[in-house]
Amino acid sequence: MHEILTTDFMQRALIAALLVGLVAPMVGIFLVQRRLSLIGDGMGHVALAGVAVGLVTGRGPVLTALVAAVVAAVAIELLRARGRTNADVALGVIFYGGIAAGVVIISKAPEGTPANLMSYLFGSILTTRTSDVWIFLALALVIMATVWVLWPRFFAVANDEEYARAVGLPVLPLNIILAVLTATTVVVAMRVVGLLLISALMIVPNAAGQLLARSFTTGLRWAIAVGLASAVGGVFISYPLDTPSGGTIVVLAVLVYIVTAIGTGVARRIRQRRHSIAEGHDHEHGPECGHEAIPHGDHVDYLHGGHRHAAHQGHYDEHGAGSPRTSGQDEEVRA
Amino acid sequence: MRTTTPTTPDTGVPRAAGPVIELHGAAFGYGEHAVVTDVDLTVRRGEIVAVLGPNGAGKSTLMKGILGLNEHLAGTIRLFDEDADVTRDRARVGYVPQRHTLSASILATAEEIVATGRLPRLGWLGRLKATDRQVVARALELVGLGDRAATEVTTLSGGQQRRVLIARALAGQADVLVMDEPTAGVDAASQHVLADVLARLVERGVTMVIVTHELGALERILTRIVVVDAGHVTFDGTPHQYEATRAAVHHDHDAHHHDSELADEEATPVLPRGPVDPSGDGHA
Repeated sequence: MHEILTTDFMQRALIAALLVGLVAPMVGIFLVQRRLSLIGDGMGHVALAGVAVGLVTGRGPVLTALVAAVVAAVAIELLRARGRTNADVALGVIFYGGIAAGVVIISKAPEGTPANLMSYLFGSILTTRTSDVWIFLALALVIMATVWVLWPRFFAVANDEEYARAVGLPVLPLNIILAVLTATTVVVAMRVVGLLLISALMIVPNAAGQLLARSFTTGLRWAIAVGLASAVGGVFISYPLDTPSGGTIVVLAVLVYIVTAIGTGVARRIRQRRHSIAEGHDHEHGPECGHEAIPHGDHVDYLHGGHRHAAHQGHYDEHGAGSPRTSGQDEEVRA
Repeated sequence: MRTTTPTTPDTGVPRAAGPVIELHGAAFGYGEHAVVTDVDLTVRRGEIVAVLGPNGAGKSTLMKGILGLNEHLAGTIRLFDEDADVTRDRARVGYVPQRHTLSASILATAEEIVATGRLPRLGWLGRLKATDRQVVARALELVGLGDRAATEVTTLSGGQQRRVLIARALAGQADVLVMDEPTAGVDAASQHVLADVLARLVERGVTMVIVTHELGALERILTRIVVVDAGHVTFDGTPHQYEATRAAVHHDHDAHHHDSELADEEATPVLPRGPVDPSGDGHA
């Protein structure tokens, strides 16, 4: 344990993992919402071409990867915005052109060994340099600040793009900014998670978050928690296990998702058995339905034929026999 | 004619008294291809207009043209006495799309959805303040969902989801609601709740353009009916005139009087013949 925390490369890998675990779910939730979950994967493919160019020209591969991924991100959004029917074919050309060029160029690079390629694709705890840590920190701060400022707009556009367009929100600029954030996240993740696996860290924590939450904001919080836990945890255990850190992180995230799915499934079963449904209820309770409203924790019960009814999904639950409050409080609820 | 509407109490901006929507010789379509042409239509404040027509007649294209969602190919379109192509305040036209837009892959509460309607009022970087949250809460109350603000939207009924989308438009302080098939997939009981909500908005001076292929429970709140067929406006008048015209058209095309004519008419929701109502098959 002590050894893990004091080793230089592990310290750097853990910081990089912390940053990735934080920002990947933050950007990923909007990709999942827009049903573009796999676009991060494609940007990883293109980033490999950038890495290859960096290795051949002897520059830091992080910056060349950033340039390649950002250019691809903007091109992808512009292609999608033109609404051409063959846009997905064009994306295929960009993505596979990127990874193919990357593999070919890397083989000609001085450091172009197969082991090197593997570490870029699937992550390694050995490769994060001190200069990388500072770049990742700066990029992660930019991502976090942008999401913090713009998230209500990202949410609006991802939730209903046509509506956002109709009311005059700047849809295309927002989509391009989100694509650039995705590309930047790919680059932050290229050392510890790897270019082929980063997309998983944008998606899987959000899949788990959606099982645990009932709203967008709580869903995002859970996703960040799962992302952080699996990224840092994955780097941690990949040292004693001697496994590629990216693969370990993603396996961990998938395990968290499976455990969450089973846990929430069992909890739902138990709750279903416990709660009783008001039968044959086609009346809709509301502030003006005429039934007495009684605040009950986070919701409102309606007194209906001596029973307290609470809305639950498509039906009403029985919340016990009625206990009317003073009329003053009821007035307040109805107002 | 009122100069302000209760949905826009805190802006203090004087509202122009001119027409809400004004189309002259307008054509809309996709790419170069015009789907509706030569539309002259003026909607004034306080009017509740139903845009009727069979599927594929062009009524959705006309609606999307008003919303700026497709190509404006000819003629003029003015919103609130301003050229629609340059107006900066598109949120005054409150779009209420079909509810399937709520079945997203990420969960969200009714309040979170309605809050997105507030964004056009906040500029590029603004955040929701306490007053904005009040507007959101009031919009939810106005559609009778004040007690469901924290409910995840996909667990709401079809009619309730429709009201969430109406609240979203109200949160943007819309002066006119443009609704796409508000009664589609909403059962009869919920249609009446929806009609009550709309009637309440009518009292507050909200103008409405309702695109639909069936009038359903909304018939009682309408002040005007516009029929679009084969890419043109073929009728524009009061519900009363519409009834009269429909009877006449029916008469022209049905030289032989049948005893069943009246019954037929009652059973046919929009036009006497044609593929007006997808559920019309059952009426024959």
